[in-house]
Amino acid sequence: MKKTALSLSVLAAMALGTASAQTTIKIASISPLSGGQSNLGTQIRNGVQLAVNEYAPLFKKAGFNLQLVPYDDQADPATGTAAARKIASDRAILAVVGTLNSGVAIPASAALAPSNLVMISPANTANQVTDRGLANMNRIVARDDSQGPAGANFIMNNLKAKKVYVLNDKTAYGEGLAAEVEKALKAKGVTISGSEGTEEKSDFSSIVAKIKLTRPDAIYFGGIYNQIGVFIKQLRGAGIDTPVVGGDGLDSSELPVIVGKAGANNIYYTTVAAPLEALPAAKTFATSFQKTFNTPAQGFGAFGYDAAKVTLQGILDAARANGGKVPSRKQVQDTIRKGTYKGLLSGEVSFNSVGDRKAATLYVIKVKDGKADLETSLPVKPPKN
Amino acid sequence: MELSVLLPFIVNVIVGGLILGFVYAIIALGYTMVYGVLQLINFAHSEVFITGAVVGFEVFRILQDSTMNGYLKLLIALIAAMLVSGLLNVLIERLAYRPLRGSPRLVPLITAIGVSLILQDTLRFLEGLQGRFDLTYTLPAGFGDKFCSTNSTCAPVGDFLRTIGVDVQLKDVILVVVSLVSLAVLNYVVNRTRLGKAIRAVSQDRVTAGLMGIDSNLMISATFLIGGALGGVSGVLFGLKFGTVNAYSGFDPGIIAFTAAVLGGIGSIPGAVLGGLLLGVIQNLIGVMNIFGNLLGFANLSTIDASYSKIGPFIVLVLILIFKPTGLLGKSNVEKV
Repeated sequence: MKKTALSLSVLAAMALGTASAQTTIKIASISPLSGGQSNLGTQIRNGVQLAVNEYAPLFKKAGFNLQLVPYDDQADPATGTAAARKIASDRAILAVVGTLNSGVAIPASAALAPSNLVMISPANTANQVTDRGLANMNRIVARDDSQGPAGANFIMNNLKAKKVYVLNDKTAYGEGLAAEVEKALKAKGVTISGSEGTEEKSDFSSIVAKIKLTRPDAIYFGGIYNQIGVFIKQLRGAGIDTPVVGGDGLDSSELPVIVGKAGANNIYYTTVAAPLEALPAAKTFATSFQKTFNTPAQGFGAFGYDAAKVTLQGILDAARANGGKVPSRKQVQDTIRKGTYKGLLSGEVSFNSVGDRKAATLYVIKVKDGKADLETSLPVKPPKN
Repeated sequence: MELSVLLPFIVNVIVGGLILGFVYAIIALGYTMVYGVLQLINFAHSEVFITGAVVGFEVFRILQDSTMNGYLKLLIALIAAMLVSGLLNVLIERLAYRPLRGSPRLVPLITAIGVSLILQDTLRFLEGLQGRFDLTYTLPAGFGDKFCSTNSTCAPVGDFLRTIGVDVQLKDVILVVVSLVSLAVLNYVVNRTRLGKAIRAVSQDRVTAGLMGIDSNLMISATFLIGGALGGVSGVLFGLKFGTVNAYSGFDPGIIAFTAAVLGGIGSIPGAVLGGLLLGVIQNLIGVMNIFGNLLGFANLSTIDASYSKIGPFIVLVLILIFKPTGLLGKSNVEKV
């Protein structure tokens, strides 16, 4: 932190000394910096800060003074929307990186839309985020409706399953995901040996008995780790080692704790936030992240960094097209939607007409002996192109 | 599907239901004892029960790294849970029910629900302070083993179970044994000791018992102590069986155990056990109904999956109450003029 402050003040001093004509360009970040999800939200903010530090000299060369204004949404839609309104009223802010939660992104991007303020999300997966077709909302991660087919493909191609038992937790998330998987499996002729929903959190004995009877090659469970963990524990207790596959609801370090080390095997899940080792270029990023913030970088830090780089490159491009002058918000918004950005941690980024990443990646994580490792990554495409 | 596959499946479902039923039975005893003495439905019992589960979790967590014998750990967990849950139940009676004794029946019922909510959030707060929500039981080594997993040394029972293809883990056997022992002890205390005689006297007629020199307040406290201790035992067994509890997981088993007590005839100890076992089996059978539906070709049945399993007990309850309102083993309360 100290270092950042120092470099910023040096920058400011230089700005004052060399040219009084330098204009300030700001970008904002919205993510939960306090509360239960602050760990992930701070990662995003720090990732953005790192990108800003990297781009500041480039902006300086172009005659601009670059600044980051971080906002805290506390993972709360109302707080996030209020932050968005504040951001909209600050004319120096040309773009926003955010948010962590789809529930916050949806109203916040709507609040930013009238002032043509572009938003690039490092984390939101809900279909609705881009399905509304806002001109200012983009994301660099895969959508929920690509997660189901990806899970189904993994079950068919990698696990070579012919018979699958599909479960869901009866929430909008789990039911939707399980339905997508079931649809994709059926389309390819895989037998669904059972399909049911359960809100049960502790007693899975009748489901386990049915699985034992029908002997599927794989089980898909759309839901969250705290329920699925208990289920897997009882499944393994009954001596069934069938692979269990799930969505990003399983992406938690708590999962192996609940299942217990002995049973935490043969579990797979699809997720949008890659483990850092899955991003080939992430090594230097991880080192400088650790050096700057004194905490190790995680997946969302890397995606915050990527989203910020897209944003900053977009602003520079827009400025160049505008004859070196500060571009308008609308110019930035249109440039980013049309641009192609190479050399990012997660590969090349370009957006389709509604702001989905044209070629996103889903990562399949395998849990073995309680440790989560990257199994494979699957390229996915949004429904529109 | 051939019978050789289907038969073990059905046996498995029934055995699993019976094991689950023992947990319900021991919880149901807590309801039935208090009701038998005070005609009060202690709705806070599900939280007393889950407090026992939390205490059991803490004991297993603290003793996790010690090399102590697994059964000794379990014994410590059971005793600690019995003490905490029993005393908690006594305290609840003293603070929340005794001051309201003599008021209309609805009043203590509402207090009971209030106490239940307070306990839920207290437990959530206490465990939340250490950053925990879902408490995961770390069982002593071997408890998760298949009963008789090694082929060479096998008890005759284990042999039998293997031949018919039933999955029973060591912890399931422990669960049933502990339940049976608690039942035997309870039966002895209630029917063979002076304390039990006094409790029975108070349950029959509190005023007359008082005239005979029985301190009815003391006996009521004793009843709550015993009921709470049973709740503690069932909590530990619940944690043992399912592996995870949180502050809010008492509600479902609590309400089913209450149903079991009513089904068996509330106030009757054998009735509570019978009700618990029945509901456990019924619940598991409803949970696998769709399999039978698929096999027998009844489309209507094949849509009844595990999410409906908890409706089963309540349908049975309604049916029994329509045809035998006192429950299976309950005696009708004849008002003498």
